[in-house]
Amino acid sequence: MVDLTAAPEILRTADGRPLKSALALAQRKAKWRAFFLVLPLLAFVVLTFIVPILKMLERSVNHDGFSANAPTLVAWFNHHPATADIPEDAYAALVTDLKQMQKDKTAGAAGSRINYTVPGTISVFKSAARSAETMQPPYKDALIASNKMWADPLVWVAMRNAASAYTSDFYMVSADLKRDANDSLVRVEDNQRIYVYLFVKTFVLSIVITVACLLLAFPIAHLLAVLPMAKSNLLMILVLLPFWTSLLVRTSSWIAILQEQGIINDLMVWIGVFGEDGRVRMIYNQTGTIIVMTHILLPFMVLPLYSVMRVIPPSYARAARSLGATSWTTFRRIYLPQTLPGIAAGSLLVFILAVGYYITPALVGGADGQLISNLISFHMNKANWSMAAALAAILLAAVLLLYWLYDRLIGIDRLKLG
Amino acid sequence: MALPVYASPLERVWYYTFRTLCALIFLFLVAPILIVIPLSFNVEPYFSFTHKMLALDPSGYSLRWYDTLLTLGVNAPEDAVRDSTWWGMVWEQATWVKAAKNSLWIGMWATILATVLGTTAALGLSRPEMPYRRLIMALLISPMIVPIIIIGTGLFFFYSSACISPDNWLGWLLSPFLSAKGCLANSHLGIILAHATLGIPFVIITVTATLSGFDQSLIRASASLGANPRTTFFKVIMPLILPGVISGALFAFVTSFDEVVAVLFIAGPDQQTIPRQMWNGIREAISPAILAVATILVIVSIAMLATVELLRRRSERLRGVTPH
Repeated sequence: MVDLTAAPEILRTADGRPLKSALALAQRKAKWRAFFLVLPLLAFVVLTFIVPILKMLERSVNHDGFSANAPTLVAWFNHHPATADIPEDAYAALVTDLKQMQKDKTAGAAGSRINYTVPGTISVFKSAARSAETMQPPYKDALIASNKMWADPLVWVAMRNAASAYTSDFYMVSADLKRDANDSLVRVEDNQRIYVYLFVKTFVLSIVITVACLLLAFPIAHLLAVLPMAKSNLLMILVLLPFWTSLLVRTSSWIAILQEQGIINDLMVWIGVFGEDGRVRMIYNQTGTIIVMTHILLPFMVLPLYSVMRVIPPSYARAARSLGATSWTTFRRIYLPQTLPGIAAGSLLVFILAVGYYITPALVGGADGQLISNLISFHMNKANWSMAAALAAILLAAVLLLYWLYDRLIGIDRLKLG
Repeated sequence: MALPVYASPLERVWYYTFRTLCALIFLFLVAPILIVIPLSFNVEPYFSFTHKMLALDPSGYSLRWYDTLLTLGVNAPEDAVRDSTWWGMVWEQATWVKAAKNSLWIGMWATILATVLGTTAALGLSRPEMPYRRLIMALLISPMIVPIIIIGTGLFFFYSSACISPDNWLGWLLSPFLSAKGCLANSHLGIILAHATLGIPFVIITVTATLSGFDQSLIRASASLGANPRTTFFKVIMPLILPGVISGALFAFVTSFDEVVAVLFIAGPDQQTIPRQMWNGIREAISPAILAVATILVIVSIAMLATVELLRRRSERLRGVTPH
């Protein structure tokens, strides 16, 4: 009789090693082999994509314009706690630094750092640096006499906060917040709230564009899915052509179509819908941004919808009809729920792409069709690096959140290109 | 989706309404692309059809905007004889020709980089043993998802600090590819690296899609017949995934050829590309010369689309042959 309690004989490979460890070794080797194939690209992407983005994130919390150029005052801040009344020796330290700034021509750099939180201080710094050499003690009275902003507690709160190169000030400004004299956060005045408004507007416009894409894509995706393969392949080319055509080509042709002297207006005048003086401007404004972006992002909605609709069996709809459902009920209760994965995939993709769009709003958006990306570019052109980086970081966080959602709901390996 | 014989009148009306609606949406998709072709032959400097054009009068049409593409920036009189010296000057000096050369050069290298690295990685990613597959895939696709303005901003900060002095040996070796100051900013290499990064997601997506239908037992069959891994790769794997690789390469090339934002952020005056030139043209005085370029680009994209469609069908046919 076989003794079941005894340890079974270990299976061994031909060269006598236990099979279990031999298998584990082979699997580990296969794992490494697969990983080594990916490694070069991974290193490349880290260098050209991850490192630049980390650099940008670092910029968004780092600005040494003030801390590097006002060492004496920074040292004074480090040794004295914040008080409501600023004593003479702080002003003396400031004047020492201002003299040096005048020599190094760095008053603008220092002032621009303070300017982010207290607007209008660049010129105050520059003029104070110019006259610093001739100032006589007491410096407090001399500085305040030159410009009464030097008595403003807000300026001193801002300078104390700028004493360290690392700061969250740029995120504070991006949220339309500022510090009051007690160093606590308050909202800025109504007429200066631009960033939150623009984030909300970008969000709302992206939703409008996504809905427009969905409404236009649904019928044609359905048509493509139910037509015989030969015909639908032919029509599919009409969807893919915009996909392959240069963005700038599509944008410039929309300018030709929508502008005041453009094709649609000419047509309307010719038909007689309105006269020469009734020409409507449909571009260089928000309408232009919506129309052109809907056109550009439409293929990204059609493709996922189509790939879901193609595999929906028509027998369900037929069964519903045979059981007495009207065509509307069949659509609403049977067909539409089955297309939901496609709707989710397409909408998320279009929304993600719309939120960060730059080229089209910049070219056809005019004054009121600009999105958050355009403001980032504006700050980059004005050399407000840290401000641009902070706005970009917020946008990045939003996009990554949506990307994560996309991966969870749909899975990125389901992404297809035609 | 033929109309069933038992359809009610209301359903008939809906059927034709639906078809019309779809036709209009297809028109919305394609008309704005095709409309640039006739407009680019306008004899007047307008962005719209003139009465003469609508009347199909030949004098309303001309090739003058295509001529502008050749003569803009050339240091020669209007009525110069178009002999070989003139063409030589066009090749060296014309703004659009220079831009086209830059775009093609950058696009070619970016495509080669993206395709080689992307295909190798896709081979690894589609192996079942690949660790952290989902995470790595998400990372490699993300250049397509992250807004280009963010990538451009990051590259601007990174490139302006990524400098190497030509005094040491590595800097000396790299100096022909870098800017005069030895930085990646304002250099061709900088743009090529950025564009390769943007093209990689497309290569990964197309090649992994082709590999998903790839029968892994073919590799074992090839090995059992005595082929070494290299032979297996070039004789068995490569011919089967080639359609996907070429589609991916074309996507990567188009991405680079159409990219303007990163170029605006990191390029210097020597790296004028076609999209950058178009961007400036659209922002400043918009002339039909832009439409002439646009027409050429539309024809190029139609050719590329046709190639990719043919490759896709070939790939499907090839994969249809392998038993499942």
